[in-house]
Amino acid sequence: MKQTTKRWIVAMAGALTALSLMAGASGVARAQDISGAGATFPAPIYAKWAEAYKQQTGVALNYQSIGSGGGIKQIEAATVTFGASDMPLMPQVLQQNGLVQWPMIIGGAIPVVNLAGVQPGQLLLDGPTIAAIYLGDITRWNDPAIQKLNPRLKLPKQDIAPIYRADGSGTNFLFTNFLSKVSPKFAQQVGSNTSVQWPAGLGAKGNEGVANQVLQTAGAIGYVEYAYVVQTHMTYARLRNAAGYYVAPSAQAFQSAAANADWAKAPGFYQVLTNEPGATSWPITGASFILLHVQSHDKNTTAALKFFDWAYNHGQQLAQQLDYVPIPASVVKMVEAKWSSALRVDGQAVWPAK
Amino acid sequence: MSAVTLPFKRQLRREARAEQVFRALTVCSAALVLIVLAGVLGALVHGAWPALSTFKFGFLTREVWNPVTIQFGALAALYGTVITSLIAMVIAVPLAFGIAVFLTETCPLWLRGPIATCIELLAAVPSIVFGIWGLFVLAPLLQHHVQPWVIDHFEDLPGIGHLFRGPPYGIGLATAGFVLAIMVLPFITSVMREVFLSTPRSLKEAAYGIGATQWEVIWDVVLPNSRAGVIGGIMLGLGRALGETMAVTFVVGNAHRISSSLLAPGTTISASIANEFTEALGPLYTSSLVALGLLLFILTFIIIAAARLLLARLEQRGASV
Repeated sequence: MKQTTKRWIVAMAGALTALSLMAGASGVARAQDISGAGATFPAPIYAKWAEAYKQQTGVALNYQSIGSGGGIKQIEAATVTFGASDMPLMPQVLQQNGLVQWPMIIGGAIPVVNLAGVQPGQLLLDGPTIAAIYLGDITRWNDPAIQKLNPRLKLPKQDIAPIYRADGSGTNFLFTNFLSKVSPKFAQQVGSNTSVQWPAGLGAKGNEGVANQVLQTAGAIGYVEYAYVVQTHMTYARLRNAAGYYVAPSAQAFQSAAANADWAKAPGFYQVLTNEPGATSWPITGASFILLHVQSHDKNTTAALKFFDWAYNHGQQLAQQLDYVPIPASVVKMVEAKWSSALRVDGQAVWPAK
Repeated sequence: MSAVTLPFKRQLRREARAEQVFRALTVCSAALVLIVLAGVLGALVHGAWPALSTFKFGFLTREVWNPVTIQFGALAALYGTVITSLIAMVIAVPLAFGIAVFLTETCPLWLRGPIATCIELLAAVPSIVFGIWGLFVLAPLLQHHVQPWVIDHFEDLPGIGHLFRGPPYGIGLATAGFVLAIMVLPFITSVMREVFLSTPRSLKEAAYGIGATQWEVIWDVVLPNSRAGVIGGIMLGLGRALGETMAVTFVVGNAHRISSSLLAPGTTISASIANEFTEALGPLYTSSLVALGLLLFILTFIIIAAARLLLARLEQRGASV
């Protein structure tokens, strides 16, 4: 009896030592990992970049796509090296929290519909009409306001089911920001945020939720990120942009909107790319942002910056494969200059000035 | 003699000590439940305090839920929670009663086992599966075939017509209530079946003996005998319906509005929390969501307490008869 007890103790001790050794080994490996959290919209491209970057450098990125709000909360609490948000923070908010932000990748929100007999790109819509639909002022598809934009389409006398994102999201922010810019009534009654109080319609969770709800509900209209439209071949609507042209969503149309934005004159890179000028600009375009503390003690900050630099310079092709738009080189230069001038870890500069 | 009693006494003492340790352990386990409960309540109140102190009583009475202007009220979510659960109960309770009566009284013996097993299997289906089924199968069916007919035939009824107005979206409070009904059905049914089975055979045979019909036996003998259990089963189902999250989120429409129509989209407390918590920005928004959680906690507590009270009163009356 005693013999067996002793043997047990020895065995347990051995197992514990082995476990602690393993834990120690993985702990060493983990010290290199860059941790980030936030927006779901850029999560697919961040994951793709992280995979390629790990193959080349051995440095891993652990990104939790918990939503823009969650990303902002986590970076404020400094539990991650960087946060990510689809909604840029106002310059004074950045200052209050001691944060810097910069644009990392560009994408867009696309209106999609479920109307029998209507092909992708056939339906034409403009901002004020979409605003009226989401305000509950236009309730049927054959409303004169919609019919006037589509003289060639025969629209049914069907109830419109406006579908929105029920969870807070950067897509919501872009969509409501655009509608607030083109419709004073929408700006006053609803406003622009990651989640708002919708006066009409039904909510679904996530891009997948909205996409499915639109596909399931006859007479529905919704808005999803571009990648979903490409991958699921949904019936998108063409939109009238600020210059008065009807455009179809495409990487070029997002690029055009981004190119027309004046980043140099935007303090804190606060720039929302909705309703930008330019004949080929897609009106609901937006950048996704990275957030970092100006002063930090996080040893991984340099590793994170190296990753972002790599993504800016070598990640464009991967981004285009996933239907995202890379940040223009001129903007990258401004961002990296900001890294050199603003960011400090334990009081030391972390990015060499060029 | 003393050589025999001394070790015996020692053994007795050892056993008494073991007994004490055992008792202390059971007390600790029981106390743990209270501590966890108090901890949850404390954390909820602490988290909800900023919202409650800002909006005061208005948090309970206002329909607004606006993250832009930072104005929050729980009325729409509370309304949706209560209405979907009520719809579920109105559908599930009579159905469960029917199934339980069939299984205990009229069903051929060889069929009872398989049917009872099937109903228990229904309880094992994960709630997310009900949500997906609700969205992909039930909602289009309701939108194209059921709701247009309901709207055509009922919207002009005096008094209750407004309950059936509005465009047929397929999802909304009624659909959520329907999915909930299917989800709580197995819980209520199995409790009812168990308590119906516990009715003494002699009582039923005596009733049949004086010429009672099957309905009279069930209504006047079996049901009064198992009242407490039936109410317990219904409360169990109601508790589940109030707190159900995933399945409801899929089909309720997630709209912070109170509409007079049952076909209109709405939201529930748990669905709002699940949808908005990760992206809630600012202390008041987060706190308002925690306050919603506190409200659900209190609501469930009140319902369980009311059920207990009802049971106690029924038992008292039963004893005095």
